Amino acid sequence: MTLRAENISLHLSGFDLLRDVTVQVEAGKVTAIVGPNGAGKSSLLRVLTGELAPTKGLVSFNQRDLNDWPVEQRAQMLAVLPQHSLLNFPFTAHEVVALGRIPHQTGTLKDADIIDQALKLVDAEYLQKRFYTQMSGGEKQRVQLARVLAQVWLPCEEGEQILVLDEPTAAFDLAHQQLTLEIVRQLAEKGVGVVMVLHDLNLAARCADKLVVFDGGLVAAQGTPEEVLTEQLIDQVFGVKAMISRHPVTNKPLVIT
Amino acid sequence: MRRMPSAWLIAILAILMPVVAFYSMTVGTVSISIAEAFSAAVDSLFSGEDTVGQTQVILFDIRLPRILLALLVGAILASTGAVMQGLFRNPLADPSLIGVSGGASVGASLMIVLAGGAVESGLLMGLSLVALGAFVGGFAATILVYRLATSGMGTSVTTMLLAGIAIGALAGALNSLLSYFADNDMLRQISLWQMGNLSAANWAKVSIMALVSLLLFISFPRDSRALNALLLGESEARHLGIDVQRVKRRLIVLTALGVGVSVALAGMVGFVGLVIPHVIRLLIGPDHRWLIPGSAMAGAILLVVADSLARVVVLPAELPTGILTALLGAPFFIVLLLQQRREV
Repeated sequence: MTLRAENISLHLSGFDLLRDVTVQVEAGKVTAIVGPNGAGKSSLLRVLTGELAPTKGLVSFNQRDLNDWPVEQRAQMLAVLPQHSLLNFPFTAHEVVALGRIPHQTGTLKDADIIDQALKLVDAEYLQKRFYTQMSGGEKQRVQLARVLAQVWLPCEEGEQILVLDEPTAAFDLAHQQLTLEIVRQLAEKGVGVVMVLHDLNLAARCADKLVVFDGGLVAAQGTPEEVLTEQLIDQVFGVKAMISRHPVTNKPLVIT
Repeated sequence: MRRMPSAWLIAILAILMPVVAFYSMTVGTVSISIAEAFSAAVDSLFSGEDTVGQTQVILFDIRLPRILLALLVGAILASTGAVMQGLFRNPLADPSLIGVSGGASVGASLMIVLAGGAVESGLLMGLSLVALGAFVGGFAATILVYRLATSGMGTSVTTMLLAGIAIGALAGALNSLLSYFADNDMLRQISLWQMGNLSAANWAKVSIMALVSLLLFISFPRDSRALNALLLGESEARHLGIDVQRVKRRLIVLTALGVGVSVALAGMVGFVGLVIPHVIRLLIGPDHRWLIPGSAMAGAILLVVADSLARVVVLPAELPTGILTALLGAPFFIVLLLQQRREV
């Protein structure tokens, strides 16, 4: 029970964005949040990361109320990759990733090493000296991914670590989508809890230990991909007739539309 | 555009700054050669105060405080400009955006119009009523802008920009109104003040400015990583462990203080706060750990050079310094922009 949102409701400017949602993100597991546009996926992430205070309910993180953690300690355990970045200053890739080390006091040498490794991991080594403002969308997003990876690179003494990703694969080509999911799996094996919003159900099924399906601010279903992905649910939530098959190699559910 | 190693730039500026400052000692209506200036400096250091000649008076009571004031004001305007551009994530921001210049100019004009006679006699050991009015006006305007933009959710940078523009427009109107009611003499004073002028420098002003600068330059380094994180966006900075609201409040108060005092003591010296950080960023990149000190040093140099020229271009008269900063800085900035455009 590393990061847990309990009976969360979120009411913002006259709209019910979340209604009585209970979701749990465990260390060492990958949790994928799926659902149609406007179902409340991003709102949930914003509540889970403390950006929005829920109207009702509690968010607890490592046995404490999320807001009881001092900001700096929280940043050592919780890294967040937003969907879009506002950065429009000409930092180099190396400098952007270095920002991920701000919460840690590990020293310049150690940090430089982590930054290099993180850039290499996301296949952005060649961008090291390039300016962020001159990169393509996918390159930018990979550099941002390296930044949040650098933030949770080393285990933290204070508690379990969580990485939150909002549509990490949206700007990526096929190869980099795969790469991202591999990185996420590796990270989970190292003991980090990963929670991410994904749109591609097949990617989610392949990578996640747990799926949470959102619909209209409510949790429509949650469980393993095998339990959750049924033809009936996809019709009910997305309004799409689909067939569920099995992936010939991984044997994970495969949604065919 | 290829970057220059930050340490080089700092080293070059660190060498250039004393050279420019020393050379500036020799420049003015009375021209004093470098050798004369040097021997006068040695004399006054070793022979006590008995031999105070005309040269010494010019050098140490007129030029030296003026040069020091120029260095400090330039450093403050340029470094607070860098801070504001980072905080607003906008390379076109400058300290005037938070209302401080507009408020200061209303305060100064008000004092000139209300206390016309007293202003000229120079009360309060050179720290005239005008300076006081400018400082109070600038600080009050900043607090107003900040209040307008702050709600339970924190301070919205966008609202603050808009509020700054609104307060700036209001200040402009009040200023015109005051000018309308002013007589010829006051009008001339108002417009001279708005051009920015360092000619009234004295040791009291230098001391005040030095104290304020000390406070700012001790405080800025600890927020420079926070400013780097803020360039990603406010919520990203929060996720990196930055107490965004506190950093914002601290930097805005420091900027209001620094710019308020600068404007109060030296009038409206435009351009330095906007262009210097921009130029330094083009040269070494946006890392505030280098950008802030680099901007401070470059701002100091620009203002000393501008002020030296202001003393000699229309001999035997003097030009207001503010005119020269723009005349010098703008072409340089345009060249840089053109160069950048060619390389992108």
